[in-house]
Amino acid sequence: MTDATLGAIQIATDDELESPARRALRRLFRRKGAVVGLVVIAVFILLALFAPVIAPYDPVATSWSLVRKPPSALHWFGTDDLGRDILSRVIYGARASLMAGAISVGIALGIGVPFGLLSGYRGGFIDALISRITDAMLACPFLILAIALAAFLGPSLGNAMIAIGITTTPIFVRLTRGQTMSVKVEDYVEAARAMGNPRWRIALFHILPNIMPALLVQATLSIAAAIIAEAALSFLGLGQQPPAPSWGSMLNAAQRFLSNAPWMALWPGLGIFLVVLSFNLVGDGLRDALDPRAR
Amino acid sequence: MLSFLTKRLAQLVPTLFFVSILIFSLQHLLPGDPALVMAGEERDPAVIEKIRQQYRLDRPIPVQYFYWVKGVVSGDFGESLRIKVPVLELIEQKLPVTIQLGSMAIVIAFLIGIPAGIVSAVKKGTAWDYGANLFALWGISTPNFWLGIMLIFLFSIKLGWLPASGYVPLSENWRASLASTIMPAFVLGNAIAAILMRHTRSAMLQVLESDYVRTARAKGLFCKLIVDAVFNRDYAVVQGVVLVTATVYIMLNLIADIAYILVNPRLRA
Repeated sequence: MTDATLGAIQIATDDELESPARRALRRLFRRKGAVVGLVVIAVFILLALFAPVIAPYDPVATSWSLVRKPPSALHWFGTDDLGRDILSRVIYGARASLMAGAISVGIALGIGVPFGLLSGYRGGFIDALISRITDAMLACPFLILAIALAAFLGPSLGNAMIAIGITTTPIFVRLTRGQTMSVKVEDYVEAARAMGNPRWRIALFHILPNIMPALLVQATLSIAAAIIAEAALSFLGLGQQPPAPSWGSMLNAAQRFLSNAPWMALWPGLGIFLVVLSFNLVGDGLRDALDPRAR
Repeated sequence: MLSFLTKRLAQLVPTLFFVSILIFSLQHLLPGDPALVMAGEERDPAVIEKIRQQYRLDRPIPVQYFYWVKGVVSGDFGESLRIKVPVLELIEQKLPVTIQLGSMAIVIAFLIGIPAGIVSAVKKGTAWDYGANLFALWGISTPNFWLGIMLIFLFSIKLGWLPASGYVPLSENWRASLASTIMPAFVLGNAIAAILMRHTRSAMLQVLESDYVRTARAKGLFCKLIVDAVFNRDYAVVQGVVLVTATVYIMLNLIADIAYILVNPRLRA
């Protein structure tokens, strides 16, 4: 696109035509739920980034004199079975959850989108092969497949993220494929082809930008699912390893002390719930904001 | 209808084939030599070699795959490496619990999800609609293992109304059986209800959309079985459980698709 055309669009924006991205943002910010979600996510990202400054105590420092103390002025969320400050662990635990959400969906996008583009654009045998593999992966329940993969790779946060990423991949393959198939018959793709553009160029510069909205919505909702999956894997001992804090593993420890230290189970679960809820709110908001039918 | 069924059934074949490849290859992703694991404390190379021959671990991988599929088709999923019990038996032991939990979860999901969806659609834009949508968001966003812990705290520890663990078969004592399964069934049903409510709301007439039937997946106690097996490097159990779950899942999807066509004749064309 030349500067002249960019300029023309700019002028039009000020007039009556908005750029699609700006219109989507404006519509997103009109939705209260999405705004609340964005704010909560921002807060948790700040907590995760500045955990060493914000957390009142060392999240792994144990103390035998502070074992399972209920919430108090000194320890707002109470302490756990090893006398560690739960508030500090919840703050640090945000790191594992948010990282797991972002990285595993990154992996899924990184593998799923190229294969989806290839499958949808080329068609034929490649498409049939990729589609059957995708079907097979989607046929295995998400969590069971993630558990099996995570266990095969060995228990660690990194491997849990890889496992969740791979398990999420077929969703993006299928979405990208479907979107590509509907976009590739559009006139502007035909035009690009008629101009002699190579296939990879058409896929990357003409098809991909036009299927971005759908990918963005799915990515946001997938982050929510990935965060729950990471918590589930850590809960089962297949994710973040102790003593490093993660919301899932904190819940695992908490269930043993449910009758005398219920606060141990409350806060990490609330953390997962709030973050996942927020990503779902933003995802729903984005879907409505990016829907071309709803003007 | 018939041509649709034939087409849909024909599609099952390649899908099941790839599922079986996927599950079989999991074994070869697993770190560690299965023969060594089976040998346990025994470090005698001759014993290990014998085990390798007995379980055909010395044969090429395609040959191993062939024997595995041959066994599976005839109902032989192999034997748990650790407790020396046929995998099929382990699955059969857990199946009644999984089925009972699954059906109860579906009933709960229907009882909550459909009325909530209808009310929300009929009273669109009112407090009812708002409340139902909040419920759906809560259902989708709550990790079910956390909800489970919280319910145990409330109903087992604080109120003492329901047992915190254990399972009583339905045939033994139906009241005790219901008491032992109502909490996990509610936890599973709650999440399904949320999805169901959204579907009901967005398309009240297309109630039988396939996605939520897909959610009524056969998990239940299988999850525990597979986690234990995976930690113990018990390949046969992992493969068996994943294969059975995936097959049930694929069949449920097929049933959902057929049901969808039955209630919506426009799709038959």
